[in-house]
Amino acid sequence: MQSLLEWVDARFPLLKVWNEHLAEYYAPKNFNFWYYFGSLAILMLVLQIFSGIFLTIHYKPDVGLAFASVEYIMRDVPWGWFIRYLHSTGASAFFIVIYLHMFRALLYGSHRGPRELVWIMGMVIFVALMAESFMGYLLPWGNMSYWGAQVIINLFDAIPVIGPGLSEWIRGDFVISDATLNRFFAFHVAAVPLVLVILVFMHIVALHRVGSNNPDGIEIKENKGADGIPLDGIPFHPYYTVKDIVAVVVFLIVLSSVLFFAPELGGWFLEHDNFTPANVLQTPPEIVPLWYFTPYYSILRACTPDYMIYLSIFVGIVGAMTLFSARNIMVKAVAVVTPLILIVGFYTLEAKFWGVVAMGVSIMVFFALPWLDRSTVKSIRYRGWMYKTALGIFVVTFLVLGYLGTQPPEGLYKALAQIGTLIYFAFFAFMPWYSQIDKTKPVPERVT
Amino acid sequence: MSTNGVDKKRRRFLVNLTAGVGAVGSGFAVAPFVMSMTPSERAKAAGAPVEVDISKLEPGQLLTVKWRGKPVWLLNRTPVMMDSLKGLADILEDPESTDAEQPTYAKGIARAIKPELLVVVGLCTHLGCSPDKKLEAGAGAGLGADWPGGFFCPCHGSKFDLSGRVYKNVPAPRNLPVPPYSFKSDTEIVLGIDQKEGVA
Ligand code: HEM
Ligand code: FES
Repeated sequence: MQSLLEWVDARFPLLKVWNEHLAEYYAPKNFNFWYYFGSLAILMLVLQIFSGIFLTIHYKPDVGLAFASVEYIMRDVPWGWFIRYLHSTGASAFFIVIYLHMFRALLYGSHRGPRELVWIMGMVIFVALMAESFMGYLLPWGNMSYWGAQVIINLFDAIPVIGPGLSEWIRGDFVISDATLNRFFAFHVAAVPLVLVILVFMHIVALHRVGSNNPDGIEIKENKGADGIPLDGIPFHPYYTVKDIVAVVVFLIVLSSVLFFAPELGGWFLEHDNFTPANVLQTPPEIVPLWYFTPYYSILRACTPDYMIYLSIFVGIVGAMTLFSARNIMVKAVAVVTPLILIVGFYTLEAKFWGVVAMGVSIMVFFALPWLDRSTVKSIRYRGWMYKTALGIFVVTFLVLGYLGTQPPEGLYKALAQIGTLIYFAFFAFMPWYSQIDKTKPVPERVT
Repeated sequence: MSTNGVDKKRRRFLVNLTAGVGAVGSGFAVAPFVMSMTPSERAKAAGAPVEVDISKLEPGQLLTVKWRGKPVWLLNRTPVMMDSLKGLADILEDPESTDAEQPTYAKGIARAIKPELLVVVGLCTHLGCSPDKKLEAGAGAGLGADWPGGFFCPCHGSKFDLSGRVYKNVPAPRNLPVPPYSFKSDTEIVLGIDQKEGVA
């Protein structure tokens, strides 16, 4: 055994990789609950790819056959229901894990320097994951699949000039058709998973270059022992591999309970309307995306013409504040010109286009987080009341917007979604100010 | 470090030139893949005209037919429905249908060749859902007692009147499109072929 290892090691840097990323990768010793979700995300990625391959064995990407082939998997393929539910429940579980994983960064400032690239790669993963699940949702060719895809692809239509051509290019047809289904299949089972795997690999390589953050937001590399090992670090293997396995077991218990006892979770994980085949002539009575898209969907719907006045005031305030606090003359110029262009745009281009822009920005703005946050400390443990309050309000707003996205946009619901949209953007837009003036507590030298 | 007779400037020029030509070449190599995703010849050919028999369409009835993969509605409007179109100008975005959402022979408030027969593509101009038919006026439609009858899009709440004209302050920006159509006879229309001006 030993000699076999040596033989391999002379030809492939097995030991080197093992040591660098596991046995001699020193992670802070104070990881808590929130640090499980990275490993769990890897687990979910593997499960989705694995169950997906087995679904592909029976599934047929053809508008005439797709719906029936999924029903066939559910009814006739031995254990087919299990594989299908694992994949559909898994998608929701994946998003729960990812949202908690991202929230951890907001708690402990993990997106801050020197981990900006870890964060950015994470965000690219997040966007790719949204594309992956969106395209996967078309494949069963249920009525919600069809109309959901119709709505999302039409978003691109709203882009001036290139929009119509772009959405035609995405569909491969003038309407959603067999051409669309077939290409979504190709992207869903081959292209995007491949990209995801590569991105996750890069995400971890980047993380291991800078080292993990921790609940105290302290750089453990700044306190090294005589042997060059961080005093507050412990080897990832065996300490965290074993700890993570416990998390995996607990997580799988929860996942299996949902999978076996409530795989559709009352329509939240698999919508009822998707158990009727796509009907080109009839939209489902209430069209709602899956829960993990609903906050952004609420923001999309909030932008009606009468909302433009509030958006104008909002960008005006942000512009004015930037104008007064910026020192650089270029920044000052941008702070004047951008709101003006936007306000003119709000009243000349269709509100529909701004809905699409708002939705896009609501996701993309996360990319800027490492630079919006100006606090001198990273972890919430040492921040003052302002950031804590802002983060608390943001989380509540995010959840409320998510709920409103599942409800018809009428009356009170519409008004709430419009208020929520402003709060959502305020969290990011005013962060440079409140994170800076917030009173912080002294950060200890070593992790606690 | 000795330059060993290497002309650095020239080397850099050649490297940049090679990289530049390579980039252009890669661009050309990508083109076929991008183009392969545009609608195929078969998809383009699929838009054949559709003939619809309207002889059995009673007043107040709505018929949905599929044309180019889209739902097209044919609504035989009753006199009461026609009356409901008047006096809505204040709450509509484009009451006279001046935007290019219909052929020139279908402008005005009725937006139809024969005023009572409405022909529209049943896809919301917001993001393309097919609105619900709420043809009855009044509170029964669940849209308030002053609802004059029309279409309500469940996706993001856009409203249209019985001419497919869009309300103000809803997400949809434009009236429902009127497809090109023409009368083959009194009881038969053809979707996809324009009416000759001045006929009918
Ligand atoms: C397929 C999806 C993903 C996988 C498999 C994954 C995996 C991981 C793993 C294994 C870690 C180290 C363990 C941990 O700190 O929990 C990590 C850290 C991190 N990830 Fe992800 N991740 C994914 C998506 C994302 C996304 C969407 C974001 C945010 C936009 C993100 C941001 C981060 C950050 C900032 C860290 C460093 C955390 C710290 O050191 O405190 N990741 N990721
Ligand atoms: S698609 Fe009709 S309101 Fe959005």
